[in-house]
Amino acid sequence: MTEIRYMTINMGPQHPATHGVLRLVLELDGEVVVKATPHIGYLHRGTEKLAENKTYHQVIPLTDRLDYTNAMGNNLAYVLAVEKLLDIEIPKRAQYLRVMMTELQRIAAHLIWLGTHALDIGAMTLLFYTFREREEVLRIIEEVTGGRITPTYLRIGGVAKDLPEGIEEKIKAFVQAFPDHIKEYETLLTKNIIWMERTKGVGIISKEDAINWGVTGPTLRGSGAKWDVRKAFPYSSYDEFDFDIPVGSNGDVYDRYVVRLREMEWSNSIVRQALERLPKGPIIADDPRVALPRKDDVLHDIAALIDQFKIAFQGFYPPKGEVYVSVEGAKGELGFYIISDGSNRPFRMRIRPPSFLNVSALPKIIEGSLIADVISVIGSIDIVLGEIDR
Amino acid sequence: METNLTIKRLNEKFPASVLEVKTFREEVTITMPKETILEICRFLYSDPDLQYHFLTDLCGVDFFPKNLRFEVVYLLYSMKNNQRVRLKIKVREGESVSSVESIWKAANWLEREVFDLFGITFENHPDLRRILLWDGYEGHPLRKDYPVKGPDFDKPFIPEV
Repeated sequence: MTEIRYMTINMGPQHPATHGVLRLVLELDGEVVVKATPHIGYLHRGTEKLAENKTYHQVIPLTDRLDYTNAMGNNLAYVLAVEKLLDIEIPKRAQYLRVMMTELQRIAAHLIWLGTHALDIGAMTLLFYTFREREEVLRIIEEVTGGRITPTYLRIGGVAKDLPEGIEEKIKAFVQAFPDHIKEYETLLTKNIIWMERTKGVGIISKEDAINWGVTGPTLRGSGAKWDVRKAFPYSSYDEFDFDIPVGSNGDVYDRYVVRLREMEWSNSIVRQALERLPKGPIIADDPRVALPRKDDVLHDIAALIDQFKIAFQGFYPPKGEVYVSVEGAKGELGFYIISDGSNRPFRMRIRPPSFLNVSALPKIIEGSLIADVISVIGSIDIVLGEIDR
Repeated sequence: METNLTIKRLNEKFPASVLEVKTFREEVTITMPKETILEICRFLYSDPDLQYHFLTDLCGVDFFPKNLRFEVVYLLYSMKNNQRVRLKIKVREGESVSSVESIWKAANWLEREVFDLFGITFENHPDLRRILLWDGYEGHPLRKDYPVKGPDFDKPFIPEV
């Protein structure tokens, strides 16, 4: 009897294909992964603890920094939770603006994923294409919000400011051109034999397993579960938009790739619908307790300035209770569970991070596969460590 | 409607275990004794009418300085009924809770996180280690008596080599 000894190698935390600071300890039998142990926490900033010591408005910038590719979605989940706690009505225009910006951000997030995922597997060209379009989205976001990566655009009760003049044409031009860009990406990858060899039949997770492991988002839909928070619990007027949920069938890396591509098309369509049907009206709830005054007024009107200070620093006092609200982020179900004890700070703010649960299923997916496939699987479940470690 | 069904089923099956049912903003929270949590979760998972196959979230809450200091909160989701239900158990300091990892694999990391940040231990958990903080870290940061800046914020951190 010869003793079997596995080789242990350490992948990460500084590794270009782990998309951040994920560390994997892999035990290898030749080329085959026998056991994988992820180590996380390198980016832990204690967001939940910090939030307990800030007023409700002051938490919004913290949420930007969770999944930094999808800041608008994080903002949305948080403000929806606080609004549910307060039980206030949001004007239709603000809801549509939120949907439009979140979907633009989703496109940007998926474009990063597509470029880096393809780069990991060896298709470098695509990165230049996707970052070209992502730049267009970020320019739009910058023009609307003032920030590129961390916009902090949403406010409790509405949004920070209305669309600037002339932005509609730019968004329209982007929306019109984007389907052709997706076709460009597809000519590079979808029928590419190397791409198919590297992704088809790789990293399979069944629907039942995905549900049991708490996997959500495109990773779950790639396994064939037709489930999306936007359809299951429509928020922010998503029920007024016409869109479908793309699903895969095999649950492999290729299916997740196809699902995300189709999702970008639907996001694009939602942006178009929101822009076409954008209602007129106020952009923030008419509730002086919570709604921050307009920035212009703050600069010119002493009463508005006082309001601004009072609302941001003293905040408001929501009723006692607890709420959970989730949105469909770029990575999956992003939820905020807020407990209020009646004071002006959240008593407990729990973030339900989609990437955290998706990456917890990683050992299940990659054990038994080749070490080269680990890279494509990590790329395909699309993790962001800022959200996993919080 | 279906949440009522959940409550009804639980009342039939475990009449002594449903301590409190609260509804706030249409969200139902059921409090139960901590000894029965595993049994109730298994029932909610396997009952053909309920089918809570998805563990959305599991987290801890600290109510320092109360005697029953901690709460562990389970958020269950049934894809069949499109329904959520929240379960709560109260835990004293130093007490441990049965792990639900045998029902939902998702609980594996979530329970590790509760252990890491609150110091609540889970029985029969296959791999109860710290997850966000490093091994050898002292204290549990999400406890209310843990200072925000950290206990040693004025001392530089020098790891032993």
